[in-house]
Amino acid sequence: MNLENRIALVTGASRGIGRAIAIALAKAGADVVVNYSSSEEAAKEVANEIEKLGRKAITSKFDVANATEVSEAVKKAEEALGPIDILVNNAGITRDTLFLRMKEEDWDRVLEVNLKGAFNCSKAVIQGMLKRRFGRIINISSVIAMTGNAGQTNYAAAKAGLIGFTKSLAREVATRGVTVNVVAPGYIETDMTAKIPDKIKEAILAQIPMGRVGKAEEVAPAVVFLASPEASYITGTVLHVNGGLYM
Amino acid sequence: MSVEEKIIDIIVEKLGVSREQVKPEASFIDDLGADSLDLVELVMAMEEAFGMEISDEEAEKLRTVKDVIDYVKSRTGEA
Repeated sequence: MNLENRIALVTGASRGIGRAIAIALAKAGADVVVNYSSSEEAAKEVANEIEKLGRKAITSKFDVANATEVSEAVKKAEEALGPIDILVNNAGITRDTLFLRMKEEDWDRVLEVNLKGAFNCSKAVIQGMLKRRFGRIINISSVIAMTGNAGQTNYAAAKAGLIGFTKSLAREVATRGVTVNVVAPGYIETDMTAKIPDKIKEAILAQIPMGRVGKAEEVAPAVVFLASPEASYITGTVLHVNGGLYM
Repeated sequence: MSVEEKIIDIIVEKLGVSREQVKPEASFIDDLGADSLDLVELVMAMEEAFGMEISDEEAEKLRTVKDVIDYVKSRTGEA
């Protein structure tokens, strides 16, 4: 899987799954725009690691929910590295609470970042992709989109929304060499899942046929594959990376 | 460059057709092989080239090369 001379933008790339994706794309040969919203140090560290691999990397701070910030940042990034061929919409947040107690702002913010963020970023890069007749958009959803989860009505709605978004956009741009796919991770060891209480973690673990949680490094190769020229005939699909939790 | 020439240039570039094919009566879809996405890209290119916004409703009526030329001329005030 060779991504040499490709430019990738990974949102939420300073930590967790995004970090692993950014580094894996670089290992495959891509130059990477490392987006972050608050963890500047961590983002710089990811960029350093990518440069150590002999690839170019820049860090780019923007809020994916803010369309103006996104389009300005993408413009700047493209001036620095070149046109973006691969977009990984990975940035995501949780505001977990039972629906009865969920505030409107918990709903709005999760939808804004996790779903509208993908809209904003895709908008910013798609015209160039269509023009160049090549593009890869990979949206990071979640097993929760398929199964639902108590306390995550907002998160599940956003992650399921990403799948509908992906399939529709995939149909629109299919004739132009632009593919749009989803990677849906299961329970992966990250800062995000570290917040889950131990008791619930044990219950989840019992549901996973592999009997263990996954690592971010086990999600990243799925993204690298979908980003590669070899995945040219795959579009509108959901690739599950979950140890068998959902089949 | 006249409005007409500019429009024809854009059509040639966007649809990858030859100048000879871009006759006034040529239909984008039937004669120039455009699909719905091409039409959207074409409208966006016109918007950018002439600094105007074209509503979806108006865009739908632009079926031939002449439609576009007439439309842009009417908007830019060129008879």
